[in-house]
Amino acid sequence: MNMIRTVLIAAIIGLLGASGAAASVGGAHKPEARDWHFSGPFGTYDKDALQRGYQVYEMICSSCHGLEQVSFRNLGQKGGPFHLDRCPAGIPDTVDCSNPNQNPVVKALAAQYRFKVVDGPDDSGDMYERAALPSDHFPGPFANEVIARLANNNALPPDLSLITKARHYGPDYLYSLLTGYEETPATVDIDAGQYFNPYFHGDMSQTLRPEFLDEHGHPLEGVEVPVGGVLAMAPPLFDGLIEYADGSPATVEQYAADVTEFLTWAADPKMEARKSLGVMSLIYLIILAGLLYWSYRKVWSDQH
Amino acid sequence: MSHPSTYKPAAGFAKWLDDRLPIVRLAHDSFVDFPTPKNLNYWYTFGGILAIALVIQIITGVILAMHYTPHTSMAFDSVEHIMRDVNYGWLMRYVHSNGASMFFLAVYIHMFRGLYYGSYKEPREVLWMLGVVIYLLMMATAFMGYVLPWGQMSYWGATVITNLFSAIPLIGDDIRTLLWGGFSVDNPTLNRFYSLHYLLPFAIAGVVILHIWALHIPGNANPTGVEVKDVKKDTVPFHPYYTVKDSFAIVVFLILFAAFVFFNPDGLGHPDNYIEANPLATPASIVPEWYYLPFYAILRAITFDIGPISSKLGGVIAMFGSILVLFVLPWLDTSKVRSMRYRPAAKMFFFIFIAACLVLGYLGGQPAEGSYVLYAQIATAYYFGFFLLILPLLGFMETPKPLPRSISESVLKTPKPGGAAPAGAQSAPAQ
Repeated sequence: MNMIRTVLIAAIIGLLGASGAAASVGGAHKPEARDWHFSGPFGTYDKDALQRGYQVYEMICSSCHGLEQVSFRNLGQKGGPFHLDRCPAGIPDTVDCSNPNQNPVVKALAAQYRFKVVDGPDDSGDMYERAALPSDHFPGPFANEVIARLANNNALPPDLSLITKARHYGPDYLYSLLTGYEETPATVDIDAGQYFNPYFHGDMSQTLRPEFLDEHGHPLEGVEVPVGGVLAMAPPLFDGLIEYADGSPATVEQYAADVTEFLTWAADPKMEARKSLGVMSLIYLIILAGLLYWSYRKVWSDQH
Repeated sequence: MSHPSTYKPAAGFAKWLDDRLPIVRLAHDSFVDFPTPKNLNYWYTFGGILAIALVIQIITGVILAMHYTPHTSMAFDSVEHIMRDVNYGWLMRYVHSNGASMFFLAVYIHMFRGLYYGSYKEPREVLWMLGVVIYLLMMATAFMGYVLPWGQMSYWGATVITNLFSAIPLIGDDIRTLLWGGFSVDNPTLNRFYSLHYLLPFAIAGVVILHIWALHIPGNANPTGVEVKDVKKDTVPFHPYYTVKDSFAIVVFLILFAAFVFFNPDGLGHPDNYIEANPLATPASIVPEWYYLPFYAILRAITFDIGPISSKLGGVIAMFGSILVLFVLPWLDTSKVRSMRYRPAAKMFFFIFIAACLVLGYLGGQPAEGSYVLYAQIATAYYFGFFLLILPLLGFMETPKPLPRSISESVLKTPKPGGAAPAGAQSAPAQ
């Protein structure tokens, strides 16, 4: 019996140990893990970063990417970038600025947004464009997918409402992608309008230049296939592109970190409420468990 | 176990009702004065945990259904509406989605416990088979629930699984068309899955009642596998002894549950399901939820044709067979000894079986290529070998350890080898 046991255990260890053997084609660099303000069980959003991130989204990202799940009013909700507890000086008492629909910042941001909302039909049956209201969802840059693809070299810029939830390592991935663009490696040929990024999932083996391939189309000895992929988005951020009112550095890294903070909030606007309720729930459950354990010992004391 | 009723209704309304509908008596005899072996350990608390898990799923599910829209063009947005605009909608939805995982975690522990202690053996075969029925209903319910958010994994998972049915000879294509309500996964599919996802949990609740009924005829099994000999010495009333123990275990389980819901709510899900379903874009890899992974690995392990059976049909047979084999488990295990505590060889094979299930779970999440396929085949062979060869043969081959004479003897603080102490002589007096 001992012999069988040893063999079986060895087989299982072998199974687990060798499981890295299967090769898969393509891939991407693992995003760098960053310590975000919202990381961890007590993490919250950095409100200043959210406001700067909104500025980055509004001025740069929104020209191609929508944010269709988010409404302007969300910006003024508790935990949102422009939430106000009380009104700034000079606003009449009748206004409740903690109500997102009355929040003057949110109203102004909606009214000045670069895209208009299509509404209607009006009294003569026509659709018309109007400035956005806090209750509107963010209007997107393109009326439909066909126009979006025509304007983007046949690529479809994804909506960003859930982008940090819809990618592995969400926020880290987004930051790494935005800051990680590299020169196209010398061994590959990529089409015009395509950009190499080591964090974008792809398969670069198909793009190797012919002089690096043998007659079967395999890479020559010593030629490494670059890890990463190509995407249709040109590097969107450059140093000095936006001037921040609060004097934060005008660098690609700062822009990327800020817009990641903002988009993480956009994907998960209830995170702060969730975590604080979670702390209270766990405290409650742990105390309850302690009381029940004590009761259990008490009830069973005549049986032990 | 079946026992004379000890319920004594107070005068007045209780007496009046008891003469007409003895429902209070039923509850009293089932959950208050029910004689329960005094040696049940924490592995036996998962039945109560599962009951709570079912209730949580039904309550959160009913609330979610008030806000959800079962239409291909609106389902995804309606889930986001729940997450963003419905008061505590995010909580309901995260409890429901993580609740499914917690439900399966608990049911797997519950099943492994039954396997280890031989709870499926005579006279509890029907109890065990009803449990397998519940498990099958859970699998169907969870699968259809996962389709409802209409994300990429919802859509493509539904496509992969419904296509499996087309492997069935002669009627397979018709079954698939019936499941789809058309010629691909589309709006009719979403509608019928929604309808059935709402229906099946109540079917589960019904079978759970039968399961508890079938439990209460022979009474609980216990870690020794020795039946109750003396109700007075071997058992304690369910209340307060097990109500308090189960409550403690349930709350500990809820702590784990809450940790996921509040601090890692998407950790058990797949990011692709936050991308709306797109029939024109296949995800890089289609992976089911974790609780299906072992069966997914078995499905994909059959890469070869067996005579007239294609590899696809073979995989489907193996996958369904891996669950259906549980129905006949009571008759496959030939050992007279219930608990593996006293079956050293069976115990060893049991732990290898758990390892094989975990390996299958790991492989189910990996691409079906290279050496992964071979490992999955080995683990699948062990899975079936455990039920079809090892358990039937072991009953004749192994020498079990001596059993305690009774439950009360087994719970003595210092059991003497060979059970020298007179049974029950040292057990604590009842009060």
